[in-house]
Amino acid sequence: MSAVMPDLRERAAESFAKLGWPTTRLEEWRYTNLAPLQKIAWRTDDAPQFVESPATLAGRATLELVFVNGKLVQTTGEAPLSTAGDVSVADWERNAMVALNAANVQDGARIEIPAGTVFPGFIHLLFLGKGDNVWSHPRNTIVVGAHAQVSIVETYAGSGSYFTNTVTEIVAGEGAVVDHTKLECESLAAYHVGNVYIRQERSAAVTQRTIAMGGALARNETHVTLAGEGANVTLDGLFAGTGTQHLDNRTVIDHVSPHCESLELYKGVLDENARGVFDGLIIVRPGAVKTVSRQTNRNLLLSGTAVVDSKPNLEIHNNDVKCNHGSTIGQIDAEQLFYLRSRGIGEETARNLLIYAFASEIVDRMTIEPVREQIRRTLFQTMPGRLPERRAEGRGPRAEGEKP
Amino acid sequence: MLEIKNLHAGIEGKEILKGLSLTIHPGEVHAIMGPNGSGKSTLANVLAGRPKYEVISGSVLFEGKELLELPTEERAREGVFLAMQYPVEIPGVNNIYFLKSALNAMRKHRGEEELDAMEFLQLAREKMKVVELDEAFMNRGVNEGFSGGEKKRNEIFQMAVLDPKLAILDETDSGLDIDALRIVAEGVNALRSEHHAVLVITHYQRLLRYLVPDFVHVLANGRIVKSGGKELAEELEQKGYDWIEETEVA
Repeated sequence: MSAVMPDLRERAAESFAKLGWPTTRLEEWRYTNLAPLQKIAWRTDDAPQFVESPATLAGRATLELVFVNGKLVQTTGEAPLSTAGDVSVADWERNAMVALNAANVQDGARIEIPAGTVFPGFIHLLFLGKGDNVWSHPRNTIVVGAHAQVSIVETYAGSGSYFTNTVTEIVAGEGAVVDHTKLECESLAAYHVGNVYIRQERSAAVTQRTIAMGGALARNETHVTLAGEGANVTLDGLFAGTGTQHLDNRTVIDHVSPHCESLELYKGVLDENARGVFDGLIIVRPGAVKTVSRQTNRNLLLSGTAVVDSKPNLEIHNNDVKCNHGSTIGQIDAEQLFYLRSRGIGEETARNLLIYAFASEIVDRMTIEPVREQIRRTLFQTMPGRLPERRAEGRGPRAEGEKP
Repeated sequence: MLEIKNLHAGIEGKEILKGLSLTIHPGEVHAIMGPNGSGKSTLANVLAGRPKYEVISGSVLFEGKELLELPTEERAREGVFLAMQYPVEIPGVNNIYFLKSALNAMRKHRGEEELDAMEFLQLAREKMKVVELDEAFMNRGVNEGFSGGEKKRNEIFQMAVLDPKLAILDETDSGLDIDALRIVAEGVNALRSEHHAVLVITHYQRLLRYLVPDFVHVLANGRIVKSGGKELAEELEQKGYDWIEETEVA
């Protein structure tokens, strides 16, 4: 399952040498500093062993591939699969982290769903990181033929202070229907940089979800090109951080053709000293008339020291479009909290319910039941709705309605 | 059951209740009437423990316990229920799940077995009929997209399920048409017993035709200025609140 042709590997290495590690001087990396990663002498794990993980969906997924430190170690389930050839959707010439991935590429899923085929159930790609100072560079290529349909879930989890630098390329052919979920639940000591590149042909319908809950530092990028007329994409995102987690989300939706639609909703929940970033760019090209686009980012801050930077962006090059965007940052609603408590529900449970209610808009739209449950569980574990007095001392101003 | 003694309280530094005293025994229905700004809602909110309301002095004993020292949820678990004037919408928190959590929190507090999903649904269905709420409402978010009347009926439904010792109705009648008013009154009447007490806070006499009080108190300028039987409500309706204010001055 080796991904990239040898000469491409070399060209990508040259590209990375030229681009270098991204720095905060670049506008799209303004809020996220990768300098700590550059100080570490990363090594590759050449002989990873299979490890058990609670993140497995074996038996529930039609097909599950388990990768440890970038190498395929187990396949569960049988499904007729064709191997996809190379596509060039991810931009290794301009995106340094994609170039770094291509230069060091390891295993990944290469899946082609033939035209007209409806893949039953869903495919689970589980990427486990293990150990310290180990990096991995998985690369997935998913080609969905005309009028074919598939659901794919990628989960990232593990233990240790490893670094995952992953790339997924998806090509949705004419009229294809693709549901792609990325569940980033890396170890809290780990680093994660992920790039999902999607290209949609005429009338292709894609739903892409990014759920970011793990990692000391995680940067999730989703790039969508609406190349064919009438294509539509739904981008759902949820990032939930606690402690000193840094969760950065960047999305770029490029409307190239007429009559395309993009609906984007990213929600952030940040507690303690966590920091979140939402940087969303929507480009509407001169020829992309009758574009409909809606971009929304909503954030819930649970402590006085949690921070979120929200940067919704529209770049519109024609007049025949319907676009809107917006972002909000708020706290737990004191009236709602009072209402729940006035019915005998304890403060901690009430806070939990409200946090969950905020996130549920994204979680409930998740159609694959075992994955939805996994997200729900992880969310409750990460966000225990702590009472203010149980948080660390010396925090900034309290949310309205909180008792000192 | 409830003994309010010389209660002074307010909001944002402004004193609104200026020495209110009131005693309610089990089995009684009390109505507090008064013009806007007299302190009716402040009383309801102070009793339930709404944030931002400040108690300056005085005490509120509920079955011998100092209510004002308990956090909001403890007051509810002890058996105090506030039907709110403006119930808030909570999208994403399912009505049934919410109410089941609430009831089980109370049962746990009383040392009773928690109800499972089936037992709870059975109870909820029974109580839903009383307030004529459709079951479809129950699977929506708490009060989400409910009309004003539906929200008030949902308050009474919650009250019926939670079976509080003391129910406080804060202007539950405002904005209701006559049918909804009758449903709300029937819901409260169903709760009446020798063990339960009700405190109805209202601006109008309308609700009291269906929910007949044992005692009526008139609140003006943060104090109870007149108390009497149910006939006092009718007198107020005829003469208006000016009559009280004039009496008070005289």
